[in-house]
Amino acid sequence: MPLLECRNVSRYFGGLRAVGGLSLTLEPGELVGLIGPNGAGKTTVFNMITGIFPPTEGEVLLEGRSLAGLAPYRVTQSGIARTFQNIRLYKEMSVLDNVRTAMHADRGYGLFDALLRTRRFGAAERRLTEQADALLERMKLSARRDEMAGSLPYGEQRRLEIARALATAPKLLLLDEPAAGMNPSEVGDLLELVRGIQRDFGLTILLIEHQMSLVMNLCQRLVVLDFGEAIAQGTPAEIQSNARVLEAYLGKVATA
Amino acid sequence: MIHLIEQIINGLQLGFVYALIALGYTMVYGIIRLINFAHGDVFMIGAFVGYFGFAVWGLPWPVAILVSMAVCALVGMAIERLAYRPLRKKGAPNIAALITAIGVSLFIEYFTSLKFVFGPNYRVVERPFADKLFHLGPINISSVQLLVMGVVLVLVAGLQFIVYRTKVGKAMRAVSHDRDAARLMGIDVDRVISYTFAIGSALAAAAGVLFALAYPQISPFMGIMPGLKAFTAAVLGGIGSIPGALLGAVLMGQAETLTAAYITTDFRDAIAFGILILVLMVRPAGLLGKAGPEKV
Amino acid sequence: MRSRFFVVTGAIVGLYLILEMLRRTGIISLYWAQIMDLSLIITISAVGLSLIYGFTGQFSLGHAAFYGIGAYTAGFVSKSLGGGAGVAGFALALLAGAAAAGLVAFLIGLPILRLRSDYLGIATLGFGVIIRVLLDNSHKLSPALGGAKGMLGVPQLASFVWIFWLAVGAILLARNLIASSFGRACISIREDEVAADLMGVNTTALKTLAFVIGGALAGLAGALYAHRYPFLHPSTFDYLKSLDVLLVVVLGGLGSLTGTVVTAVGWVFLLEWLRAILPAEYLDLRGVVYALVLIVLMIARPQGLLGGQSAKGGKRRAVA
Repeated sequence: MPLLECRNVSRYFGGLRAVGGLSLTLEPGELVGLIGPNGAGKTTVFNMITGIFPPTEGEVLLEGRSLAGLAPYRVTQSGIARTFQNIRLYKEMSVLDNVRTAMHADRGYGLFDALLRTRRFGAAERRLTEQADALLERMKLSARRDEMAGSLPYGEQRRLEIARALATAPKLLLLDEPAAGMNPSEVGDLLELVRGIQRDFGLTILLIEHQMSLVMNLCQRLVVLDFGEAIAQGTPAEIQSNARVLEAYLGKVATA
Repeated sequence: MIHLIEQIINGLQLGFVYALIALGYTMVYGIIRLINFAHGDVFMIGAFVGYFGFAVWGLPWPVAILVSMAVCALVGMAIERLAYRPLRKKGAPNIAALITAIGVSLFIEYFTSLKFVFGPNYRVVERPFADKLFHLGPINISSVQLLVMGVVLVLVAGLQFIVYRTKVGKAMRAVSHDRDAARLMGIDVDRVISYTFAIGSALAAAAGVLFALAYPQISPFMGIMPGLKAFTAAVLGGIGSIPGALLGAVLMGQAETLTAAYITTDFRDAIAFGILILVLMVRPAGLLGKAGPEKV
Repeated sequence: MRSRFFVVTGAIVGLYLILEMLRRTGIISLYWAQIMDLSLIITISAVGLSLIYGFTGQFSLGHAAFYGIGAYTAGFVSKSLGGGAGVAGFALALLAGAAAAGLVAFLIGLPILRLRSDYLGIATLGFGVIIRVLLDNSHKLSPALGGAKGMLGVPQLASFVWIFWLAVGAILLARNLIASSFGRACISIREDEVAADLMGVNTTALKTLAFVIGGALAGLAGALYAHRYPFLHPSTFDYLKSLDVLLVVVLGGLGSLTGTVVTAVGWVFLLEWLRAILPAEYLDLRGVVYALVLIVLMIARPQGLLGGQSAKGGKRRAVA
């Protein structure tokens, strides 16, 4: 069964149609790109999937179960994690804590354990710290472990956001413009990183991105949005030669 | 029935006074996101200046109001310049400005209650004119009530004119929406903020004088409760919204007066705030406020 | 790690013994002993607000209401039990005060904690006014509560040993909460509630948890207060007192428990010290000086005493 399914999903804000009749499926293990001009509704799709607001029409299913009415934190606990277009790290917390906080749902102890400092608390905290350190190691952020997240350089902040999302042990990872503001060499590193984490963590990934070099080389499949509608779905090669897509971008596509 | 209408008029009088104070809160909040805790004390200073004006210096009461407004406009601008601007320049978090505002409020209260300033006790205000009773059919309405409501309407109309028909007003609205964009458009943001404080404080001063004329007792601590209620009114209507402040103030005035008249004076304040909480449950951004969905 | 525990415990016990001795021998006068007690009581309340606002970012302007609920509930329980119930009765009264405050915090928190910051502030402020009005009219519920005339007759059972060790307990509880996944989750709510939600944190539950624990601590503080000061008056629990606690928490630095504790104690002593050093004719100036000090402190150091530092990696380990 598909991991994620959007069935005829629409979202209206008052009279404005942000997303209209979108249907897409993701099979487990896929790496799919969601692209389109600015304002096409891509982040709105992410917001609906993660439960920030419900679809006005249609439904979103994870492993066949509807996500309707679930609060965002429950959606995350069901196995969907995301990063944000504008970085939303916890600036006044350390890098380590940013990651550890995302493990709260799997902390393994209750309030009394924490207040009374039971043995279970100690063991669980050690485990959480080890797991968080392992993730930081993977994302090459170990050196920054105890620094304030707000003090990190931009590229590392983006990596930290990914690390934090991974800490929720997701099945599906939504990346919202992870390469924004990166130079070509950083984009290359990101490409390797995303491929690597997909492989190592067995993730399904849906990616919003404008940098075509990343999109074309990374994604197995693309969904193209324009004015809230899916105007094309297919492999990168198919999309690159699709007339409607080219028209939507007005020839602004820079192929790798 | 007649009694009800007269109580409603009482409520309007009170609500209109709250409205003048609430406008200052809402404008300052709209422009720099600060709850100006010292605003209620500017109201108090206005009352005292007005009192000195017509009771001690023998000025005609309209002149006393104008003098009071001018003095408090300066006071308001001074407070902004000395206490809030340094924090803004430092990029300090809003809470720091809020605590400073509390400090300024305490300072004004303690300073004016010193023996050599106003002294801590209540003073009774003698109205500079006789309070005549007019009859609209079976309904009695006093000249004080008419005066209060009339002056408030004039001032609110004046404010509407300034905010919507002048360059200064346009600049104020621009800065409220987006301070940085306004600055980039060449607006002197600091000066606009100063003007906002001046206007808000002048309105509070007028409210103070009217309050002194209507409920003739003044004291250095008289601004605490009306300030709190006016601020509540501004939030009730949607903080940052001028029509909201007016609506909220009128409602607060009615809630307070009608509760005192028909239920009990003892629980008057509790019920007024209870209504506030209920309204916020249903309209979390106030009656006319915009609960903008947060952009993710 | 083990040795550090023993050193710290030893230091606290030592501090207690020294202070107790200084008090009993009269080196610390009765007057200053009471000030010391008050500073510890205020500390418990301030720690509560620190959890709610400093760490979880919930702007509460009604904290003194919980203080009042705790004081009146505990006072009423003690008066009803009569003086003969002894230690058990006192403990019960304290528990009742804290529990009542915590329960009310839960009930009021359910609807209002979803409000945005400034609106939450005004809602809690309104709640505080409502409680104050109820306290003013409490004699209608039971004459023992005194109403606007104030409540008398609560047995003064709160000795230093109780106050000191409950303060230590409160600080320890707060610290254990903060240095845990719960604490991290609370801080993440303060930092970015939307992101926290999307990282799997049940923000509603945690905000409520912080609010209830914070309120209960204020209730405990109030309960102690009722048994240390023979006269309870509703004006001790009004919105101006809520502003006092807020002030302490901000001045100490948001997100710093140490800052809160140090500032709470320091603030109480500062106010008394001003009373002590000003000659009698100028006693009125106390308020003016206090206000000026407050303004200058905030402008000079807007982040507060230890603000923006407690979570720093540097010298102190991150939150654990």
